Amino acid sequence: MSSFKAHSVLPGFNLALGFTLLYLSLIVLIPLSALFVNTASLGFGGFWDVVTGDRVLASLKVTFLTSFAAAVANAFFGLVVAWVLVRYSFPGKRIIDALVDLPFALPTAVAGIVLATLYAPNGWLGQYFAELGIKIAYTPLGIVVALTFIGLPFVVRTVQPVLEDVEAEVEEAAASLGAGRWDVFRRVIFPAVAPALLTGFSLAFARAIGEYGSVIFIAGNMPYISEITPLLIIAKLEQYDYAGATAIALAMLLISFALLLAINGLQWWSSRRGAR
Amino acid sequence: MATQQRRISTRESKGITLLLIGIALGYLFLFLGLPLIAVFVEALSKGWDLYWQALVEPDALSAVRLTLLVAAIAVPANLVFGIAASWAIAKFEFKGKSLLITFIDLPFAVSPVVSGLIYVLLFGAQGWLGPWLQAHDIKLIFAVPGIVLATIFVTFPFIARELIPLMQAQGKEEEEAAVSLGATGWQTFWRVTLPNIKWGLLYGVILCNARAMGEFGAVSVVSGHIRGMTTTMPLHVEITYNEYNFVAAFAVASLLALLALVTLGIKSLVEWQAKRSGEPLHGAH
Repeated sequence: MSSFKAHSVLPGFNLALGFTLLYLSLIVLIPLSALFVNTASLGFGGFWDVVTGDRVLASLKVTFLTSFAAAVANAFFGLVVAWVLVRYSFPGKRIIDALVDLPFALPTAVAGIVLATLYAPNGWLGQYFAELGIKIAYTPLGIVVALTFIGLPFVVRTVQPVLEDVEAEVEEAAASLGAGRWDVFRRVIFPAVAPALLTGFSLAFARAIGEYGSVIFIAGNMPYISEITPLLIIAKLEQYDYAGATAIALAMLLISFALLLAINGLQWWSSRRGAR
Repeated sequence: MATQQRRISTRESKGITLLLIGIALGYLFLFLGLPLIAVFVEALSKGWDLYWQALVEPDALSAVRLTLLVAAIAVPANLVFGIAASWAIAKFEFKGKSLLITFIDLPFAVSPVVSGLIYVLLFGAQGWLGPWLQAHDIKLIFAVPGIVLATIFVTFPFIARELIPLMQAQGKEEEEAAVSLGATGWQTFWRVTLPNIKWGLLYGVILCNARAMGEFGAVSVVSGHIRGMTTTMPLHVEITYNEYNFVAAFAVASLLALLALVTLGIKSLVEWQAKRSGEPLHGAH
């Protein structure tokens, strides 16, 4: 015991850690292991056949491309929003700052139906795009809209604190050495916020890949065109194809883990850069 | 004059400033403001009478009741877990701590649909425990217990990941002082630790509750969509929307949107209070 835990005068370690491990195992670890065990019964060949099926690959392509597009949009606009919230003052700023977290608080189903309604061909916004011949709802573009909404807070909230910490002296030094405003941004400010920007981008991207509720209402859900991978899992489940659903779910889980690992690496890298 | 010049040189021109504010506000209005307004406009599009009727019809009421019940179980369960986990992790040194923290974060990396699926694999008719549960006439999947479990899973990290960094930052000197003065463990927790973490705790509970009441994907997989029985508010929104009953869908959606606004309001208040009392919030999402 003593080698496992350092000595402490505080009580409650066994109770607290015991309960933590029990609860963690029952709620998270054992249920998640079901995914691995059930897929193992398929064998690697069976698993590979499922996840490289035409419809699965098409859905992965839709999921990744739309998630990437939404994360790129959020990286650009999120940086502008963070910049504006940190550097400028204008009426209503505090309320707007609080509102940025709306996608975290608004249930995804609500986001889904309202975005589908707004961007439908006869909707408030969709009608103007329809005049231009652009269809948004019920196409992959609609998926990008929903995922942009879902991922909106991530870049803002990762970049904002870093931008607040950029020291005015460094900017002043650059400016006094003759750098123009754009040069100062490009050479001084942007490199400082770049790791945070990349972290926010990855968080938004990872969140978008698993997203379901907000997407299914606006996507149209056409197989091979606008069907996302989480929906395909549901479709397999409804056909009682448990093995297929499990294999796709495991593939998604492994992708999520890889992204999580990359994000943790990024955060470690950016904190190290920050400390330098 | 010199200072004046220097200040000007680290500012953008008026035109660029206005352009950037315009882009930011336009973007936020398009993606946040307009959808929020549209929820309420659509809900009230056929008048207050129909709006009210949509909220008091039996299926809607039972959805509200189920959502409240699920949150009333999931949030306290994760609260107890969050406190136990953060006490063990922040106040003691032991091996494997960082692995434990990674495991606690796991549910955030899992797609909601997969979160629901794993419980079907365990407790569904064809699941590991399916035959045993059936033999004993216990129904977890396509029933309320499954919904509660899936909700606990997706909201699992919220309170713990709020409390762990907070309690780590505060250290353990105050607790050690209390214990060495003769306080019991519970006394130490109630009188020393809890007052120090109250804002972080409230912050975690608020976010956990919002997700618990609003969860859709995971709950959708395990619910079975039995009207009046296993439909939560988000599922009720889905069912009525798919039946083209838009007033009913947006009426219940407007309640969830109000919940989101109240959540954001309390969240801002807690952040402000925490700042005032000098208790650093982690601010994780």
